Amino acid sequence: MAEPIISFQDYGFQYTAQAKPTLHHINLNIYPGEKVLIAGASGSGKSTIGSCINGLIPFAYPGESTGKLTVGGKDPLKSSIFELSHTVGTVLQDTDGQFIGLTVGEDIAFALENSCVAQNEMKRIVDEVAKLVDIDHHLQYAPHELSGGQKQRVSLAGVMVDEVKVLLFDEPLANLDPAAGRTTIELIDMVQERTGAAVIIIEHRLEDVLWRKVDRIVLMDEGKIVVDMPTKAFLSGNALLEHGIREPLYLTALRYAGIPITEELEPQHVDSLRLTGQQIKMVQDWYHRSGAKQEIQEEKTELLKVTDLCFGYTPEVKNLRNVSFTIHKGEMVSIVGRNGAGKSTLAKLICGFEKPTSGSIYLEGRDISDDTIKERAQRIGYVMQNPNQMISKPMIWDEVEMALLSGDMTAEERKERVEETLKICGLYPFRKWPVSALSFGQKKRVTIAGILVQRPQMIILDEPTAGQDYHHYTEIMEFLKTLNEQGFTIVMITHDMHLMLEYTPRAIVFSEGELLADTTAAHVLNDPDLVKKANLKETSLYTLSMKCGIENPQRFTEHFIEYEKEKEHQAK
Amino acid sequence: MAKVAILSYINRKSLVHELTGTTKLIFFILWSVASMVTYDTRILIGMLFISVLVFKASRIRVRDISVVLGLAAVFLVLNNFFVYLFAPEYGVEIYESRDVLLQIAGPYTITAQQLFYHFNMTIKVICVVPVALLFIACTDPSEFAASLAMIGVSYRVGYSVSLALRYIPDVQREYQNISQAQQARGIDLSSKDKLFTRLKNSVAILLPLIMSSLNRIETVSNAMELRGFGKEKKRTWYVQRRLKRNDWLVIGFVVIVLVVDLVVTFWDGSRFFNPFL
Repeated sequence: MAEPIISFQDYGFQYTAQAKPTLHHINLNIYPGEKVLIAGASGSGKSTIGSCINGLIPFAYPGESTGKLTVGGKDPLKSSIFELSHTVGTVLQDTDGQFIGLTVGEDIAFALENSCVAQNEMKRIVDEVAKLVDIDHHLQYAPHELSGGQKQRVSLAGVMVDEVKVLLFDEPLANLDPAAGRTTIELIDMVQERTGAAVIIIEHRLEDVLWRKVDRIVLMDEGKIVVDMPTKAFLSGNALLEHGIREPLYLTALRYAGIPITEELEPQHVDSLRLTGQQIKMVQDWYHRSGAKQEIQEEKTELLKVTDLCFGYTPEVKNLRNVSFTIHKGEMVSIVGRNGAGKSTLAKLICGFEKPTSGSIYLEGRDISDDTIKERAQRIGYVMQNPNQMISKPMIWDEVEMALLSGDMTAEERKERVEETLKICGLYPFRKWPVSALSFGQKKRVTIAGILVQRPQMIILDEPTAGQDYHHYTEIMEFLKTLNEQGFTIVMITHDMHLMLEYTPRAIVFSEGELLADTTAAHVLNDPDLVKKANLKETSLYTLSMKCGIENPQRFTEHFIEYEKEKEHQAK
Repeated sequence: MAKVAILSYINRKSLVHELTGTTKLIFFILWSVASMVTYDTRILIGMLFISVLVFKASRIRVRDISVVLGLAAVFLVLNNFFVYLFAPEYGVEIYESRDVLLQIAGPYTITAQQLFYHFNMTIKVICVVPVALLFIACTDPSEFAASLAMIGVSYRVGYSVSLALRYIPDVQREYQNISQAQQARGIDLSSKDKLFTRLKNSVAILLPLIMSSLNRIETVSNAMELRGFGKEKKRTWYVQRRLKRNDWLVIGFVVIVLVVDLVVTFWDGSRFFNPFL
């Protein structure tokens, strides 16, 4: 076997600012041309491994290391972050933040500029690389004119100009819509094929990364490598479930049907699955065991009605065109669609941040077009994606109480209301704590509490689980579910197809400013036409049901969700 | 997104736009020196004339930059006012004669000499303002950093300017989003509340904004280091353009203006052209 390009030997690392080491006894070799996925929950140390490889550790984040690490045959400690950058090219998670240049061309050229490459040569390389990642027609574009997926292409091109031997991707899918995420995985695959570089992907969205072949999966937990196996063998074990990572849906479905996952099954991709006739029968039997769909016809009371809403940030552009829909009391609804489809704009119009050009918004039958932001906020709450965008007080209590201070409640009433809200949100034990002592998920709860304290009838959440691992995702979503059960109407803007399927019976689909569909979540993902138009992605359950000759993939998906819920119910 | 661009690059086709950023920067600096040094009215009027011609040639319209022009006008008036307030006899001192035109009160009289001094001071500013605005409005922001580096400014400094330009729109957007969400929580920034409450409320927006900006800075600086920024003493520029014939002509011209200016101004040992003696 060839020399490894990256080699960790009994490596440990502790950040200067932290009391305990983040990495323990890491033994990991990565060989030229390999494609390795490093998976693990938040805080498992997977990003720290990435920083060790590209030199951010120790050059940007100082700390103590033990054991041995070589990158491209050199010890990073005796090298420099610049020298390492010729071996390892890093694409970070934040597609906006890492876009340095004012235009695409400049951004791609950035590394070449720093190496004093002559301008002619630089232009030639930029053109060549841009063509490779298919962004060559946008060289003059500014970052805000590009989609998330295009920005990712630029970032990739920007590190490829160096002819690096290792490409490192740190959570490349976190900010992308489902279809753009899939394209990114295809792009990484294509680039690897052309350049022969070793590829390391750090990501917890396992199923999405496995869309293209991955040689090996390394699973991290609490700073240690717990599994390091070829993909096939890895998926055949039970490692995922034990370490808080979500297994690909098609594998979960097979397990439910009673089929053990083995290497002979070729479990690495839903298309590669090799099911025997008997196994197909087992899946079919499992499917047919489901009862007839329980149609629960509940009394529905209209809460929010939007009619013929039109809006544009500038007169020439129409960001929303003739949007009409109704949300009922007690519903939990997803709003989905590609980046820039008008989802966030819609939320802004409903909350009164922007004024529609035409059309009306009714709340319980009353036209609220003339209500101010403050008046609407009493009835409709809006929670931003990142809790750090909202938290402005150091103490939890003050943060939650803030919205009440401008009203005319007495101190006594306020105290009662805040206490009640903290109890609803499971934050009562922390009421005297500073916000900084909380985890990300808990901070999210604080921001939701800060909205709930006004007792709105409806809450709109922008990407409530973006960038969260399975554990935090479940924590946040289960919390929202209990809120919903207590009678709050919940509307979520999301890219996460699992979330939509699992938690919201109904989905509203947007594409280019128009409402494309308003139907059940399972239907959305089983309609190939809709999936394509809205930049979504069909689930692997769809493919699996096709493979097993099940005529109604939508029902199959619904059955899967129902089965999961029931199992969970029994577990409780 | 609603744009609040007070002064930014205005892309039009004109002779001024075609010049490289470096040429415009050199022109701007030498031109400013020339007008700052002299109080010679004849030269200043000549320069004013050229300024107006250059502005015409740039095809930038007055209304494109009306906000900034308005601001400049306000400062100019204030400046004149304070100079008069503190030194009402300065003109008399310089021009060594005193022709009273109007008696106001106490030490405050209006003399022809003081008026002439103010006239000169005003023209000086009017000479420079269009050239400064043109430098910003006609230079592609991408070229800023490269032009600064060309005249010997460290590329690190140049690049910070460029980065600021890159991130200002992002931060503006973020500010808008945060302030809207906080308004929905009863934070009122409109003029209805008392000043103190408004100040206190603005913290509710600034704190999250600062946190998110710090985050952004960490990402950018990591991204830059990972791509070798700061590795060498020098760097090359993707957008830099070679100086063409017109660039050399313009640079030559401004050097001549400066030389003439210096010669005429200091020939008789005084910075002032004195019509009163």
